[in-house]
Amino acid sequence: MPVQATHMGPITRLLTQDKNGRRLLLVIAVLAIVVPFCNLLFPAESVLHISTYTMTLLGKYLCYALLAIAVDLIWGYCGILSLGHGAFFALGGYAMGMYLMRQVGDRGVYGNPELPDFMVFLNWQELPWYWLGFDSFAFSMLMVLLVPGTLAFVFGALAFRSRVSGVYLSIITQAMTYALMLAFFRNDMGFGGNNGLTDFKDILGFDLQSDGTRAGLFIASALALMLGYVISRVITASKLGRVLVAIRDSESRARFLGYRVEHYKLFVFVVSAMLAGVAGALYVPQVGIINPSEFAPIFSIEIIIWVAVGGRGSLYGAVIGAVLVNYAKTWFTGAFAELWLFLLGGLFVLTTLYLPRGVIGLWPPLQQRWHRYRQQRDLVHQEDCL
Amino acid sequence: MRIFVLFCLACCSWSAQAQLAEADLTLQRLAQQLAVASYDEKSALISQMAQLPAERKKPLLEALASNSLYSRESDQRLFVIERFKPGERIQAFFYDESLLIESRRQKRDFDKIGINNAIRRTLSSELALMEVSSGSDQQRRLAAEQLLKSPQDIDASRLQALIAQESSPAVAEVLGLVAALQQLTSADSSQRLAAIKTLQRSLYPQVRVALVQHQGRLDASNPLQAGEYQLVQKTLASIDQLQQLNGYARDLYFGLSLGAVLLLAAIGLAITFGVMGVINMAHGEMIMLGAYTTYLVQQLMPAGSEVSLLVAIPAAFLVSGLVGVVIERSVIRHLYGRPLETLLATFGISLILQQAVRSIFGPLNREVATPEWMAGTFMLNPGLELTWNRLYIIIFSLLVLVLLAWVMKRTLFGLQMRAVTMNRPMASSMGIRSGWVDALTFGLGSGIAGIAGVALSQLTNVGPNLGQAYIIDSFMVVVFGGVGNLWGTLVAAMSLGVANKVIEPFAGAVLAKILLLVFIILFIQKRPRGLFALKGRAVEG
Amino acid sequence: MSIAPKHIEQPSVLYMDGVSVSFDGFKALNSLSMCIEPGEMRAIIGPNGAGKTTMMDVITGKTQPDCGTVLFNDQHDLTRYDEAAVANLGIGRKFQKPSVIESLTVFENLEMSLRGGRSVWQALRHRLTAEQQDKLDHILALIDMTARLDTFAGNLSHGQKQWLEIGMLLGQQPQLLLIDEPAAGMTDEETMKTAELFKTLAQHHSLMVVEHDMDFIAALECRVTVLHEGSVLAEGSLASVKANDKVIDVYLGR
Repeated sequence: MPVQATHMGPITRLLTQDKNGRRLLLVIAVLAIVVPFCNLLFPAESVLHISTYTMTLLGKYLCYALLAIAVDLIWGYCGILSLGHGAFFALGGYAMGMYLMRQVGDRGVYGNPELPDFMVFLNWQELPWYWLGFDSFAFSMLMVLLVPGTLAFVFGALAFRSRVSGVYLSIITQAMTYALMLAFFRNDMGFGGNNGLTDFKDILGFDLQSDGTRAGLFIASALALMLGYVISRVITASKLGRVLVAIRDSESRARFLGYRVEHYKLFVFVVSAMLAGVAGALYVPQVGIINPSEFAPIFSIEIIIWVAVGGRGSLYGAVIGAVLVNYAKTWFTGAFAELWLFLLGGLFVLTTLYLPRGVIGLWPPLQQRWHRYRQQRDLVHQEDCL
Repeated sequence: MRIFVLFCLACCSWSAQAQLAEADLTLQRLAQQLAVASYDEKSALISQMAQLPAERKKPLLEALASNSLYSRESDQRLFVIERFKPGERIQAFFYDESLLIESRRQKRDFDKIGINNAIRRTLSSELALMEVSSGSDQQRRLAAEQLLKSPQDIDASRLQALIAQESSPAVAEVLGLVAALQQLTSADSSQRLAAIKTLQRSLYPQVRVALVQHQGRLDASNPLQAGEYQLVQKTLASIDQLQQLNGYARDLYFGLSLGAVLLLAAIGLAITFGVMGVINMAHGEMIMLGAYTTYLVQQLMPAGSEVSLLVAIPAAFLVSGLVGVVIERSVIRHLYGRPLETLLATFGISLILQQAVRSIFGPLNREVATPEWMAGTFMLNPGLELTWNRLYIIIFSLLVLVLLAWVMKRTLFGLQMRAVTMNRPMASSMGIRSGWVDALTFGLGSGIAGIAGVALSQLTNVGPNLGQAYIIDSFMVVVFGGVGNLWGTLVAAMSLGVANKVIEPFAGAVLAKILLLVFIILFIQKRPRGLFALKGRAVEG
Repeated sequence: MSIAPKHIEQPSVLYMDGVSVSFDGFKALNSLSMCIEPGEMRAIIGPNGAGKTTMMDVITGKTQPDCGTVLFNDQHDLTRYDEAAVANLGIGRKFQKPSVIESLTVFENLEMSLRGGRSVWQALRHRLTAEQQDKLDHILALIDMTARLDTFAGNLSHGQKQWLEIGMLLGQQPQLLLIDEPAAGMTDEETMKTAELFKTLAQHHSLMVVEHDMDFIAALECRVTVLHEGSVLAEGSLASVKANDKVIDVYLGR
């Protein structure tokens, strides 16, 4: 990296140096335009038509990619392996789900204008206080950021101040999401228990089942992913990012240099949790349901494998990993449901053993080989000419 | 002299036999009359028969009580007929005669000896008294406890006579309670007061019910009954107090047994994580493999279901241990010093093992039989009945822990294991094959997880997800207790188990679990190295 | 025996009195007392387990002493600060094992160490000023790495890492430098070069150097303190310490 790089601000760095990042942003931007375009403008029988199902699926992948970026930001750059990031994703999802639930109004099965169906079913008389305010979209979106952010802040402040790190942190984050899962399974928590929140009707007055709304959600997911990438890149390309790397590589060195490691970790942890929350909030209207299974520890660990497969510490690797693994999952669970867990398990083992840098780590050696091959070819060519 | 004694003994035995034979004859004579007697006469006859020292009176009266005693019209011979079905063979009671039922029509040849409710009550009382007076002390006490259920059915004078000649104090005590329950309804108030006093410290639920009923009959505002009312109230309070203590004891017992389960699940982890520092997310699946091994062993030896559990213990140890060694050699070995990677790789292994088991055994839970010696309950006092299997598991978990501590502290392998984990290069240079020690240590931890699986197969469902349910708990226990400290693991497991059961009544099972998880999360913030942390430079690493 | 500070009225950079630390009954420091004056360079020697590293841990806020006073510039009670706060007060520490950020370049390592801008917000908005650039150039020249500024620190040789870490200490512009076995793993030539560097540094900073290498200490030409079992065994010039019977017994050997 040239010296003058450090004189630049992070945004300039992004524009001038992060070649792969620019490619990624370009691909997402193209997707954000082409996919809804092909979905809405071409008739179903056209070759160019992209079905709403496919678009929703891609939208789901975009949300997962944003979640993967959130995890890569803390794991790849700061060495915090959170096995509970699914919790932040789910909390963002629940905040959105609560808004969507309030939008249902009296169109539920019981037709109660005030209470969601599951509360009527439980014989509740009035809306619990923590549901207040969720009729407002703006408030709900604020909560999408604030709820995961606050949890991350409280949890992180406690954990990082007492210097819980490494494996211990991983285990207690897992315990955190597990505890939340148990809590959300309880009916009297007021979040729909086992079934979660579902049967949504519309968002901001648009019908959730219509192609137009789906296309809008897809574009929103793409924009969120791009924004998430830029925010994460700004952070990692700044001196803050280098301090994070310092913390990852040698926490004590960073401390003895005078950096308050816990503040840095807390900052990036909260940002990451908020990104995850946004991902969850965009995910829920597209899949149409949010339930406690998103809190399951296995989901959180799956996120880690997306990042590991893609290659951690690069941000775009996380995106690639999330899409690859989830595409494989969609395909396998359709074709050979039995084999999926074998494959996923195998992925864990093989990537940690043989692909520590992930898929993107394969690229430079391939590139080198290609160059060498070209050189040799040119050489042979020259000899031939001679 | 000796001859005289022998002679006396012979006489005695002869006269005893003679008496018995005579009693049997009387019994037969009385029984024969049943067929023609009125209900009142039947009652009297039954009482007479019950007094006889005859051996066969019990089956006879039992047959009568279950409405299956018949008399043949032609010769008044008595038959016990449970079902009147062609092809059945029936047996005359006092005669050596049996006959085959050929058709239903034969039923007309027999008259059933009918009984009414009063007779049935007399019969059950007599039978119960018979139970009380025969068999081992243990059986007789159980029979006496049966009497508590319907004290009014028993003839008071007969009961008093029984108490007077009772040799076992335990039986006498229960019979005394029966008598006291009878006297609660007595018209004599001094007798009632004495009865209440007798019942004071009794924890039998029937006693409490009777006292509450009795309290209902009393009128507190009546000056004649006020004293008695208060006495009953006081007695009830003292019983309730004892019951509460019982409740605590039960919570403690359940808590300790839950703790034992946690301990079993965590001990293996205390080795792999605590000693070696390997984060084995497949630990739960090692437990699961142990449980499935138990299932397989039972399938292989269906006849020996009583011992199959004992066979399963070494088998599960070997299976899980071997799988552990294979995992260590093939994957974990390459990841030493990279704990987060180890965590991910072993998680992958756990997914593969789960799916493998699901593919082989199917997704449904498998039934593992509980041997008879583990089933059932034992009674500490009348209000506190506890199941055996939990006690066995508590003992078993402690045994495993002690055995493991012994292996670690007293054997050569334990020494090598500690040497390798403390200073690998030094250990290697002293000729210890550190690679093998690693593999065997990991195998040991996994094998113990397998043993835990045997125990868990007795408590929970054996299915592919068995392991997942325990992995987080196990880590919590190890971290809470202090990594690398077996006794810390013990204390942590037991205190978490008991805490869980203490909170449960107030908060419910799920909330109790959540509260404990939150507590541990907060605890780790406060003391990142657990309850019993090692201090000093060595741990800073 | 504890040695009372000689000039308690005189200003000191570091003042330690009666500091004790124990781990599970083992006394790593036993009523240690020591005083370092402004601009002084001090060498610390002592056998393994004498408490050298623990002493540094106490000074830098990593370990809490059970009792005792640790004062910086006669005013800051160091026992009440954590590592980052101690570092920001002006105490730099170099570890025995070179600890540089391996996946950052030499330049980025040094840039990170520059004084100021420690808060999250400042780090996010950080731009290198011309003044800071000059300072970096100066340090790069001092540690002889101008040509390697784009090399990843992980790719440096052991001795170069040591130097880079010293450079990072300088970037912090500390008043007091704590240096743990700087010569370990260095060639003789590098060792001597390092000794020269320290002597240059001592013109502007106070230094405390823990070392085993007697030649290196001799080259430093400074006062020497001998630690043994957590307290000071002897203090004085290298020659006087070497002649001390007790020191010969426990450390140097006859």
